[in-house]
Amino acid sequence: MNEPVPSAPPRTAAMPATEAELAAMIRECDARVALTGGATRHIPQTGPEAPPRLSTARLTGVTRYEPGALTLVARAGTPLAEIEALLASHNQRLPFEPMDHRVILHRTGTPTLGGMIALNHCGPRRVQAGAARDLLLGLRFVDGTGRIVKSGGRVMKNVTGYDLARLHCGARGTLGVISEVALKVLPAPEAVMTFTQPQSDPVAATHTMSRALGAPFEISGAAWDGAQVLLRIEGFAASVRYRGAQLQSLIPDLHPLPHGHDPWPDLRDVRALSPLGPDIWRICARASHGARAAGRLQAAGVQVMLDWGGALVWAAAPPGTDLRAHLHGLDGHATRLRGTAGDLPECAPQSAPVTALSARLRQNFDPKGLFQKGSL
Amino acid sequence: MDMPAPRTQVLQRRPDIIAALRAVLPEDAVITHETGLRAYECDALTAYRCAPMVVVLPRTTEEVSAVLQICHAQNVPVVPRGAGTSLAGGALPTADAVVIGVARMTQILEVDFDDRLMRVQTGRTNLSVSGAIADQGWFYAPDPSSQLACAIAGNIAMNSGGAHCLKYGVTVNNLLGVRMVLMDGTVLDLGGGHMDAPDLDMLALVCGAEGQLGIVTEATLRILPKPEGARPVLIGFGSSAVAGACVSDIIKAGILPVAIEFMDRPCIRACEAFAHAGYPDCEALLIIEVEGCDMEIDHQLALIRRIAATHAPEEIRESRSAEESARIWLGRKSAFGAMGQINDYMCLDGTIPVDELPRVLERIAALSDSYGLRVANVFHAGDGNMHPLILFDANTPGDLEKCEALGADILRLCVEVGGCLTGEHGVGVEKRDLMGVQFTPDDLEAQMQVKDAFDPKWLLNAAKVFPLAASAGRRG
Repeated sequence: MNEPVPSAPPRTAAMPATEAELAAMIRECDARVALTGGATRHIPQTGPEAPPRLSTARLTGVTRYEPGALTLVARAGTPLAEIEALLASHNQRLPFEPMDHRVILHRTGTPTLGGMIALNHCGPRRVQAGAARDLLLGLRFVDGTGRIVKSGGRVMKNVTGYDLARLHCGARGTLGVISEVALKVLPAPEAVMTFTQPQSDPVAATHTMSRALGAPFEISGAAWDGAQVLLRIEGFAASVRYRGAQLQSLIPDLHPLPHGHDPWPDLRDVRALSPLGPDIWRICARASHGARAAGRLQAAGVQVMLDWGGALVWAAAPPGTDLRAHLHGLDGHATRLRGTAGDLPECAPQSAPVTALSARLRQNFDPKGLFQKGSL
Repeated sequence: MDMPAPRTQVLQRRPDIIAALRAVLPEDAVITHETGLRAYECDALTAYRCAPMVVVLPRTTEEVSAVLQICHAQNVPVVPRGAGTSLAGGALPTADAVVIGVARMTQILEVDFDDRLMRVQTGRTNLSVSGAIADQGWFYAPDPSSQLACAIAGNIAMNSGGAHCLKYGVTVNNLLGVRMVLMDGTVLDLGGGHMDAPDLDMLALVCGAEGQLGIVTEATLRILPKPEGARPVLIGFGSSAVAGACVSDIIKAGILPVAIEFMDRPCIRACEAFAHAGYPDCEALLIIEVEGCDMEIDHQLALIRRIAATHAPEEIRESRSAEESARIWLGRKSAFGAMGQINDYMCLDGTIPVDELPRVLERIAALSDSYGLRVANVFHAGDGNMHPLILFDANTPGDLEKCEALGADILRLCVEVGGCLTGEHGVGVEKRDLMGVQFTPDDLEAQMQVKDAFDPKWLLNAAKVFPLAASAGRRG
């Protein structure tokens, strides 16, 4: 199961080159389509039953980048790597540190901007900078009727009309096909330092992370990998030195990692759990509840890691294990990211009123039922 | 500005509706007297007034739900109200409406520093939320200018920002969860102490929906440890365009101040005459505030000074003490009061891309000349949220109309250069009829379909946000 699953060749998919073409194609559709961006998550179905594929692979290109205004606008199919390289050339970055899901999902493919928004990607910097949703300024999309809609814009503060843009963050393409995205970007820091403290207990680790995050030192990463707590500080070099020293006097047994050693990409991508499992779960919880969940799971023989100061639990479990059974009484929810065993739903069930509202929203934006869950 | 005519079939049933409300609420929670109702006839957009049919002031989520069930069953329009500080008419009633005010829902339900959150009833004021945790060294980041009076409920409805949102974001970035009541009385929770929704991010949708999707009664807020310190620098320039270029260079240099505030000469002079803050008499000035320990502040201010020096500043004044900091902020914080003392004014709230600043200021000046009305500019320059103040004389016939026309032209200009009609005040009734400038009919239809899902009868604050002609078929 560690062999990467290759993406289906893109030529099998309908690939509109413009938003107008995309809208025209959707207007023609009358049954389910399989929506795909860079095919990092999509498992291509084959055979006569497979729905036709609709790809954003040709909706590419950065349409506007204003470093002095900290804004970037690009079409949804633009590869993330292209955007990150462009930003890096101006010493800027996507502050929310989007995770590369190919590692944990054992996939190939090319992560795209649209997929990143549709799944509300983020990383360890969530504790400081937020997720994709927090840096999203606006987007354009084509809904299930073929209607082109814009929401938000490309400015930092905008309360004009409802926020349909953020509604697409995490909607997995079920409300429409995102065609263009506007994001706020931020300067890359001058210096980074990571500190570690040996710790094998998730509750004690979360306590340490809470102390760090509760101090005015702007921690930009607080994770626990099963053996140690890791804390990250970023900023101007002099600031990082000062805050690092303050942090060390606040928290005992805290040591800086040697310069040049950056554990955060692997923590972000949960690389350590990738060979394990085989089921991989992602649990979002109130920080102290995440710690308790991790403790319970650890006791049940499940491999766990923590991020976001305890508010994100990663778990590698035996096939078909229902991790939700361990979360009773805790404020949070679990998503199964990898593994297909059993009848367990991928996303946590929600309350009846929320489920009803979600269904009504989907019915309004996708009355033909073109974009179903799990298609992205 | 038009409002829909009151529904006669509702007005006729007023006694029955009041009786039904009294049956589910304590005696003191239902206001029906004319004098009592008059206090609710407008919000901070005082140009438009209309007393509601009834006002209720519930204390619990259950009471809000009971009221909404009655209104839903009897097809009575409802207008939610926080503290009534909306500058856009977001809480303006109609004569057939029940106003549901959350002013008595002020409890703090939970504070948890380990989990960095607090849970409050939404009638609590913004400043008193921060005030409740200040002694322990924490704060709630969004800080709208009205924070002394405005309620968290209104902050959520308008997705409020403030001077410090350049660094900390606006309400939607600091809101973890809500308990809300739908128009039919259904109580539901969105979010909570955790981040990320399991499915659709309806929390973000509710935030900024101007009270049209439901009434938020409880909120879980992200709280932050206070920075060790903060200090502003004041920089005067010979032209607005140069000040704008300086802002852009500071941002490009990788410095992220907590606030970058801009004032132009008309505003500087008015503030100086009012507050005597000792501002230089220059064409434009910036107030830039940075945070951290003393060493970090010194370092960032040195970088800012170095960048400013390349733009031929007329004056750079760095604060050396708490008193000097207060003096630098004094003029800016009294700007609206200062303008109000010398003139009637209308405050706009459009946002523009930061790099368009010099061009937009030039065109506002040209518009100001062509209308013969003075415009003073004061705004959050770091995020492009402008607050042009149009000065007029309410006693001169035709001046208000001329002022409104100039305001509309300035907002059209904001949209034309890639910005938006409102950055933090909301649409309400004030900018409702300009929505077609920024959005296509399809864009607006998509937004209205969201309201269809939450409030199919269109009873909740329904005459706001969307042009009346666009929402007419839905409002019944």
